Amino acid sequence: MTTSRPPTTVATPAPARRDFQVLAELRCASKTYGKGGTAVAAVRDLDLAVRPGEVLAVLGPNGAGKSTAISLLTGLTAPTGGEALLFGQHPRSITARQRIGVMLQSSGVPETLRVRELLTAFRGYYADPLPVETVIAAAGLAGLENRLFGALSGGQQRRVLFGLALCGNPDLLFFDEPTTGLDPEIRRTLWATLRELAGSGRGVVLTTHYLEEADVLADRVVVLDNGRIIADGTTSAIKSLAQGRRITARTCVPVAEAAQWPEVRSATREGPWLTLLVGTPEPVLGALLSRDSRVSGLTVTETSLEEAFLILTDRTECAA
Amino acid sequence: MTIRATIPPTATRRSARPSTFRLYRTESRQEFLKLIRVPIFAATTVALPLMFYVIFGITFAGQQAGGVGVTTYLLATYGAFGVIGAALFGFGISVAVERGQGWMKLKRVSPMPPLAYFVAKVVASVTVAAVIVALMFVLGATIGGVRMPPTQWVALGLTLLAGALPFSAMGLAFGYLVGPNSAPAVLNLAWLPMAFASGLWIPISQLPDFVQSIAGYLPPYHFVQLALGTIGASQGGSPAMHLAVLLAFTTGFLSVAAWGYRRDEGRTYG
Repeated sequence: MTTSRPPTTVATPAPARRDFQVLAELRCASKTYGKGGTAVAAVRDLDLAVRPGEVLAVLGPNGAGKSTAISLLTGLTAPTGGEALLFGQHPRSITARQRIGVMLQSSGVPETLRVRELLTAFRGYYADPLPVETVIAAAGLAGLENRLFGALSGGQQRRVLFGLALCGNPDLLFFDEPTTGLDPEIRRTLWATLRELAGSGRGVVLTTHYLEEADVLADRVVVLDNGRIIADGTTSAIKSLAQGRRITARTCVPVAEAAQWPEVRSATREGPWLTLLVGTPEPVLGALLSRDSRVSGLTVTETSLEEAFLILTDRTECAA
Repeated sequence: MTIRATIPPTATRRSARPSTFRLYRTESRQEFLKLIRVPIFAATTVALPLMFYVIFGITFAGQQAGGVGVTTYLLATYGAFGVIGAALFGFGISVAVERGQGWMKLKRVSPMPPLAYFVAKVVASVTVAAVIVALMFVLGATIGGVRMPPTQWVALGLTLLAGALPFSAMGLAFGYLVGPNSAPAVLNLAWLPMAFASGLWIPISQLPDFVQSIAGYLPPYHFVQLALGTIGASQGGSPAMHLAVLLAFTTGFLSVAAWGYRRDEGRTYG
């Protein structure tokens, strides 16, 4: 658990290093859009490795560079610095791409093609595709095969896109915000499916801004903020890195004042309830009690991953 | 999603390549289905030229144009009109409109050979063009009363289909120049007057002098003169000259499209 990881390559040039140990990799990869003074760095110096059997969640707020990281790994975008590797090859290599499946956001899928036609086309791109009936069963598309894509509901369309990602029987799957806009029940079934894919030895990379999703699903979480990796580890390690506590109390202390106290990383108010995310809780409790003797309903709890994440992103802003 | 341990473990052999022929065939078939299942495309691209041919053929029936019967003459000009429409809107604009969409990204990260996408689009729009030309030939031979030696039918048909290529490039250039959203509207505004001024609707000899004088600068004029040449109704210029002009236009359009493609490589695909 470190905030800046070294590259994940084996230190010695070991002949034993086989390509399935690392499925995909970014080495100090950067992507800058535009030139000169108007240049914007989408991601900077990313080091990232995906291994078989692991669900890796790339977590971050909108604009943190999550989609760019996926674009670099899949060869949709070329890095402006550093290197991206897919099965040890250039990500645009067609042989490397034979082994991946990708689910992106759903814009622009031809609405006048039938579900079976879409699956047939994608299966045709792969040397060794899954049987179409397997894909239909796995993605829950039974009964929809002959429907036009445009005639499907939003959730059904997402299932088609999921099916397209499975077509090639891939070793590594990428999901860009797979559960955005899905209802909670479908979201949970999709989580189970992703776990199952990882359980069969495949690598799974997903981006999300749902912390709950990363918490439940991922073996490893990479937190991106402003195009940089600010944390990389298991979900519990991320939580302990933040090592904060949440203090909730019914009090009249203004948010702005509480935010000035030492150890306080964020202060919010909901009605009479003041919530403070803090590092070490004791000094804050002292300040709170001496400032307002009529405090009631005081609780101190561990931070959730979501709060840990807030603390982490806040920390980088302070450092910048 | 009801996945139940249904996905087998990943395969161990990865050396084989998918069947290239089947891949291109499936891709072409899908592009064709995509086009003809959109009613507005089928109506405007296929029905409009056929309707114009019948209307103007009846209006000018019995007259001569370019030294041949007017229904024969209009077979070349409305054939050209139909082919250009299929190429501009079936290929050029559709590539340019799709380029920034999620679907194209998904195709770009799949192991689909990039060439397959373009080949399939060309095959699909040439197929649509072939349907238009075939139906128009049937109309011409029946209600138009057109009589030509078989070699002329074949020569006219092939020349018309070949015209899909320069105008695919033109649509592509427009798409990249104007941007995917406004390209269809802008292209229609440019294309319809151009069709008129190039003599695709009314024989060029019947157009005002100043329109005739600008026709030489318009690519459809050179295409239609080549088509008219196959039935002995060309109205000036050698086939070699027309071909050279079309080649120059095509090169220009492709350069513009290539420039536009490179320009948004770095920014569209964020």
